[in-house]
Amino acid sequence: MNITEKILARASGRSNVAPDDVIFVNVDKIMLHDVSGPGVIKVFDKLANQGIDTSKLHDASKVWVAEDHFVPTAEKISAENIVKLSEFTKKYGIKKHFKYGLGQYGICHTLSHEEALVSPGEVYVGGDSHTNTTGALGAFACGLGHTDIAYVLLNGEIWFKVPETLYFKLNGKLPEHVMAKDFILKIIGDIGTDGGSYNTMQFGGSGIDQMSIESRLTLTNMTTEAGAKNGIIEADKKTIDYLEQRGATDLHEIKSDDDAEYSKIFEYEASEIEPIVAKPFSPENITSVREVSSIELDKAYIGSCTGAKYEDLLAAAKILKGRKVKIRTEVLPAAISIYKKAIQNGLLQIFIDAGAMVGPPTCGACCGAHMGVLAKDEICISTTNRNFPGRMGHVDSQTYLASPLVAAASAVTGKITDPRDLN
Amino acid sequence: MEKFKKIISVITPFDKANVDTDQIVPKQFLKLIQKVGFGKYLFYNWRFESDGSPKKDFILNQSNYSNSKILVTNENFGCGSSREHAVWALKDYGFSVIIAPSFADIFYSNCFKNGVLPIEISRNIVERIFADITELEIDLENQTITGNNIQEHFDIQSDKKRRLLEGLDDIALTMQSKNAIDVFEKNSNTPSIFN
Repeated sequence: MNITEKILARASGRSNVAPDDVIFVNVDKIMLHDVSGPGVIKVFDKLANQGIDTSKLHDASKVWVAEDHFVPTAEKISAENIVKLSEFTKKYGIKKHFKYGLGQYGICHTLSHEEALVSPGEVYVGGDSHTNTTGALGAFACGLGHTDIAYVLLNGEIWFKVPETLYFKLNGKLPEHVMAKDFILKIIGDIGTDGGSYNTMQFGGSGIDQMSIESRLTLTNMTTEAGAKNGIIEADKKTIDYLEQRGATDLHEIKSDDDAEYSKIFEYEASEIEPIVAKPFSPENITSVREVSSIELDKAYIGSCTGAKYEDLLAAAKILKGRKVKIRTEVLPAAISIYKKAIQNGLLQIFIDAGAMVGPPTCGACCGAHMGVLAKDEICISTTNRNFPGRMGHVDSQTYLASPLVAAASAVTGKITDPRDLN
Repeated sequence: MEKFKKIISVITPFDKANVDTDQIVPKQFLKLIQKVGFGKYLFYNWRFESDGSPKKDFILNQSNYSNSKILVTNENFGCGSSREHAVWALKDYGFSVIIAPSFADIFYSNCFKNGVLPIEISRNIVERIFADITELEIDLENQTITGNNIQEHFDIQSDKKRRLLEGLDDIALTMQSKNAIDVFEKNSNTPSIFN
């Protein structure tokens, strides 16, 4: 069995599973945030009206809650939702509620790894489509709708159809100017936004072995953009060390069996991958950065679960050090722990000296919520993961998806810029 | 949930691929959590001008489709964000059936929680519907789509079909068996993955 099948077999109490088996699995971790949480509360209310007992959760210790989309509260409705969320966690005894303005908080997917909330081999579901992110830790991680999350909260389990697995093999180390973001955009360009529909996207090969955990998280994050059920990477020593540094204990490496089966294998040579952007209005609409280097920009946005981990900020800072930005540039670290590390290591000073602004952790303008949404006809280069029409603001605004290196280089010139072409 | 009955309705032909849930319900409405009333936000940015007046050329604003219960669209419908609001909006607007060559996974699953039938059929048949059909009969019991010169069978998982026909959402259904589940869990042995 491959790693996904092994996890699902264990969690369903079977010795073996194969693609297309429909199984009930015990869920190890469940996440809600300030958009899915209020939705789940609504489902609970409806169930209670039908006479179903919603007075306690199956296991509140498995549940954690993030405040990320509309925080710091954008206006009064989102403020009310945060109050509801707090009432909910109090009522059900959910201890892990990361509240903005009260110590560590940040984007839900970032917290999953920064706080070591999910361990290799676990089944983790979240009320957000980018829950796939956490699969980089060697877990089965996928997003669900509100009703399904409500169901898991009450029952501790859910059914899945065991997905087929597409295996993406990266040979060799990515060149210095190329990031995991370029690689995943390349893959989405190749297979399309439905190329991974109800499949697992697993990443491996020497390029992945050499890759940092944070880079791996960028790959699994955007498996969602290819429609994948989950993205996953085998947990190795690097994974264990990363999570132990963040307080996790009793961790195990987990690998696919030697005779694991994959429905399709895609092979990439790292040395051949170039800086890439996805043009409006789809993550599959890719081109090399140099192809579109004449495009003038209004804004650069360095944020989100995909593009504002510490390593992403470090990449941007390397470019911005001693340079000035030519267009409005926003940097929003994805969690307070990352924000703090960026202060300690002088990154914030670099950003501010360059003329950029630094904001609080939030999904912010990535989902068009607040904190720098785009006006009509504005063109933005962004380290985020979606560029659908209106995603970051006005329906006639445009977003180019790029790596933090490309976004920072473009901020300096005001045009889409390959980091290799920066003076 | 209401029981799903045979539907005869004018179709709304919406020939677009990769319609994502940001287009079905834009982000500014995600803060609202009442399940009813989302219909007015359906396809908001495509449907309305910035001053709130309807865009005349958008299909939902054309009077021949105003009572349509069947949306016919193209590949990968419902991709992107997992927001269940997207299904709430389609349902509240009046759509009970969505026909497409393929659906995004989370969206497909969310449909069944809200009494909406997503029908996956070949691109070829979808094209024929776009070309020739104004009205369809959807018979879930017999899994057929019938219209002028068209009679097609569609596949659906049997338990999903039953739940729609009986108007049961899966939480309600499962909670009816809570005692049996508790007994099973007490007796089940979950092996370790690390052996």
